[in-house]
Amino acid sequence: MIALVDYGAGNLASVRKALRACGAVLLEPAAPADLDRASAIVLPGVGHFAATASLDESWRSAIRGRLEAGVPFLGICLGMQWLFEGSDEAPDVAGLGWLPGRITRLPDRTPEGGRLKVPHAGWNVARATARSPVPGLQDGAYFYFTHAYAAPVTGATAATTMYGSPFASAVRRGLVCGVQFHPEKSGAAGLAVLGAFVGGVR
Amino acid sequence: MTRPAPDTFARRLIACLDVRAGRVVKGVHFEGLRDAGDPAALAARYDAEGIDELVVLDVTATAEDRLALARTVSAVAANVFIPLAVGGGVRSVDDAARVIDAGADKVGINTAALGDPSLISRIASRFGSQAVVVAIDAKRDGDRLTVCSHAGRTPTPWDAVAWAREAQARGAGEILLTSIDADGTRRGFDCPLTAVVSGAVGIPVIASGGAGAPSHFVDVFSAGRADAALAASIFHDETCSVRAIKAALRTHGLPVRL
Repeated sequence: MIALVDYGAGNLASVRKALRACGAVLLEPAAPADLDRASAIVLPGVGHFAATASLDESWRSAIRGRLEAGVPFLGICLGMQWLFEGSDEAPDVAGLGWLPGRITRLPDRTPEGGRLKVPHAGWNVARATARSPVPGLQDGAYFYFTHAYAAPVTGATAATTMYGSPFASAVRRGLVCGVQFHPEKSGAAGLAVLGAFVGGVR
Repeated sequence: MTRPAPDTFARRLIACLDVRAGRVVKGVHFEGLRDAGDPAALAARYDAEGIDELVVLDVTATAEDRLALARTVSAVAANVFIPLAVGGGVRSVDDAARVIDAGADKVGINTAALGDPSLISRIASRFGSQAVVVAIDAKRDGDRLTVCSHAGRTPTPWDAVAWAREAQARGAGEILLTSIDADGTRRGFDCPLTAVVSGAVGIPVIASGGAGAPSHFVDVFSAGRADAALAASIFHDETCSVRAIKAALRTHGLPVRL
């Protein structure tokens, strides 16, 4: 069973629907202890980083414990950003710190000085890095993004996307993965990522 | 100056389904509505053809029809895995919650936001700015770009640029800008209108009204500086296909999701 964690950051309906379409059997944990019954964890989320404050110390330690035990994890959008140390969007709210680095606001200028719209809302290409790809993520495929803050390109970066400058559109360390885009809203390319995650859990 | 976003960021094509009592309808300015099919079936077809996003617009006349909207949204959402916005008759945070619970990712608000602009920030603080599309119906009146409410029938004191900026300041994630003058003409989008609004805000602007040929989309993404473009009847009629429009955009160096 895959635990789909609801911490009040946006609407879970579309993630739930897409995971089920990929064959997932879902558990929606009411308390951190419920994560013990899960063979994998999906942490979705959309909106403001401050919403992750709902993941209090009991949730943080439970999730950290499962990740240390080698349970596969997929963070989506805010759920991916939360893996990092924190975000400039809500400086008082700590991330999990599983990955080094900090979430920063997307630039509203290209390096050449042209204006860029923020949020980055729409379809863009993810370029997979050869070293540690996220399963199912097809290099060069288009995915749907909607975010104003993004993760830096680090050793944990599994894919990059260009919006003025490159940011990490997917991350991976071991079985812990995260995607900045919304696989549940990215058509066949997104379902391939969710399907590979669900398939890897069985 | 807003320059086109670099590299791979795709210009978005959006199909609008005008829905009444569970059926897609079409007609110029909501008069002489004709049946254009089942919303879920049309949504699935456009998805297969490569549409980037869907809008379900409730053009309902009665309260009974409005109750059918949630069922329609659920049916559309069940079959597609691309962004879905729902508009028409969203007057409160509770209305927004209902369509979002039914499967919408974004809600479009128009007349209700003009009546009470705090609705924009209230929906944004509950669901996030990415979920709030402020729809602006603008009409040329000499040099003025007058915002109209009530499906374009009632002029307001707002200028389109000022209202778009106000909507952004209150937390809108996107602007859906319809040219009342161009709507239904199929003679092309109002590119000057789109360009002036798009250049005035930092959030994406979706151009709507006037689409009749693939070249119109090329124009609105280049001269009109639109971030996305929406059409309804040309897709229902198969006047031009999603693929044909995307091929034209690509030929002109505009990135698209293929």
